[in-house]
Amino acid sequence: MDDLLEIGDKKLESRLFTGTGKYGSDALIPEIIKESGAQVITVALRRMNLDSEEDNILDYIPKTVQLLPNTSGARNSNEAVRIARLARAAGCGNWIKIEVISDNKYLLPDGYETIRATEVLAKDGFVVLPYISPDLMVARDLVAAGAAAVMPLGAPIGSNRGLKTRELIRILIDEIDLPIIVDAGIGKPSQACEAMEMGAAACLVNTAIASAENPVLMAKSFGRAVKAGREAYLAGTGAASSHAVASSPLTGFLNGNESQEDN
Amino acid sequence: MSFYDTCSRIQKPDLGKRFACASPEDVKRVLRKSSIDENDFLILLSPAAEFFLEEMAQKAHHLTVRQFGKTILFYTPMYLSNFCTNQCLYCGFNISNRIPRKQLTLDEVEAEAKAIASTGLKHILILTGDARKISSIDYLKDCIRILTRFFSSISIEIYALEKLEYAELIDAGIDALTIYQETYNQRLYKKFHIKGPKTDYRFRLDAPERACIAGIRSVNIGALLGLDDWRMEAFFTGIHADYLQRFFPEVEVSISLPRMRPHAGDSQTKSIVSDKNLVQIMVASRLFMPRAGITISTRESEVFRNNILRLGVTKMSAGSSTKVGGHTISENDTGQFDICDHRTVAEMKKLIISRGYQPVFKDWQPIL
Repeated sequence: MDDLLEIGDKKLESRLFTGTGKYGSDALIPEIIKESGAQVITVALRRMNLDSEEDNILDYIPKTVQLLPNTSGARNSNEAVRIARLARAAGCGNWIKIEVISDNKYLLPDGYETIRATEVLAKDGFVVLPYISPDLMVARDLVAAGAAAVMPLGAPIGSNRGLKTRELIRILIDEIDLPIIVDAGIGKPSQACEAMEMGAAACLVNTAIASAENPVLMAKSFGRAVKAGREAYLAGTGAASSHAVASSPLTGFLNGNESQEDN
Repeated sequence: MSFYDTCSRIQKPDLGKRFACASPEDVKRVLRKSSIDENDFLILLSPAAEFFLEEMAQKAHHLTVRQFGKTILFYTPMYLSNFCTNQCLYCGFNISNRIPRKQLTLDEVEAEAKAIASTGLKHILILTGDARKISSIDYLKDCIRILTRFFSSISIEIYALEKLEYAELIDAGIDALTIYQETYNQRLYKKFHIKGPKTDYRFRLDAPERACIAGIRSVNIGALLGLDDWRMEAFFTGIHADYLQRFFPEVEVSISLPRMRPHAGDSQTKSIVSDKNLVQIMVASRLFMPRAGITISTRESEVFRNNILRLGVTKMSAGSSTKVGGHTISENDTGQFDICDHRTVAEMKKLIISRGYQPVFKDWQPIL
């Protein structure tokens, strides 16, 4: 059975997206991609040193991998739009992850500005993947604005705290007809697996891999966890119950059993 | 309302007592917390916390790696001018020091920019003395226009400006401001700043705020460690940074930890800040402000800089000269202070890589 994730004109086999930030050496990136199986990688335009022969991060990213430039550093929609256009002009393709952050203490995204940037860029032919707090109304506006996917955070960026916003992400998965990609906050493979079991379309993981003692092994582990979670979702997990139900005390009488009061 | 008002409300004698009263139990309690408030920060700077430095360092390391990764951003200072109208007792540019004075011509700025850019650096910090008529806003704008062709991030470390002047320089192409209060102790400030525009404590203290209002992207503040009791200075630097982050959440706030260095006309007024003290300041600051950049310059020695990579620092200068035109013109005139780590950019890069860290040359993209 083919289980491909369709975004823009791409059909992706891997549902793990990764990033390029925070590595002790960019030379690790090819191995991270290989071991994790990731087919999409995000990179901040602010970090791209296109003039440099030695320090150009694009040299470490295989051409087969879909580049997802991000607008890190944008404080409002205008800046995000400008960064996106600079990235495209620099030859990074037409995918863009919108990150509009006007709060440097918690690094929480600005939903309103993100919607505005999405609208402009989608009309301009970009495949737009906006990063948001998991808010249903914002997500609905993003659908209307032409987003290609919605990327809610599991916990504040870089926090490695896991799926703290679980219930809100679940609502997005249920209500939004776009791929929901959990981005930010995932600290362990088990948490990525959990997001996938819930029905997330993909996970984007960077800090948890880059800050591991052995980033390559962690990348491999995330690749497997995402795959396992996806397969579990497709298999249909059995409904869990918080208490054991041996019989049907309330509706048993319908089958001819006596009610409890008569016992 | 400005930071001056916040700062004035804090009673210094009371602070001294609170440092002395902090107990090991207080430190242990703070180290168990996931977010650190102002009182906790004070405890981490106290003498009691000196016995918990390793534990603090471990936490600071993990926080830094999570927030910034294993990376160190490189920049270098470029001195445009050493003309100065101030008499600051700790500075080599002091008007009463008989040193050769020079301001780069625009051609010299370009030559200097080329020489620095050839080392791969993309972040530059431009400096002048405090001589408004010579190093004027118009002169600075001309320099900045040249520098935008060579660098992706331009910071200024110059005399304190008015809000509209900051806005003019932002329009010209700067994205960051570095300004040190030198000392947060107003009484001592008077003693060290004898003459010139810099004698205005409040105008300087509120300068970062004016730049934030003008729309600057990042500010870097600090105290010249050694002028007053370092615990006090570190505490005030932290709450100043926290104040800026709180009121200007869109701005990236950093702190620098400059220690006194020998310079021309050296006065004997400084107190000693040991390596251990500096490490305590760094790790306490990291725990208090997990997202703040921390800068360590070539004022510090090679050995010290090699050893603090994992303690919270995020930004280092490399290949520095504190002389006007130090990268292209004469090496004989007098700099602002003596640097201690003389390694080139290439040597620093090699060292950072050998320690498993990534030297970052570019972390900003001009979008104007």
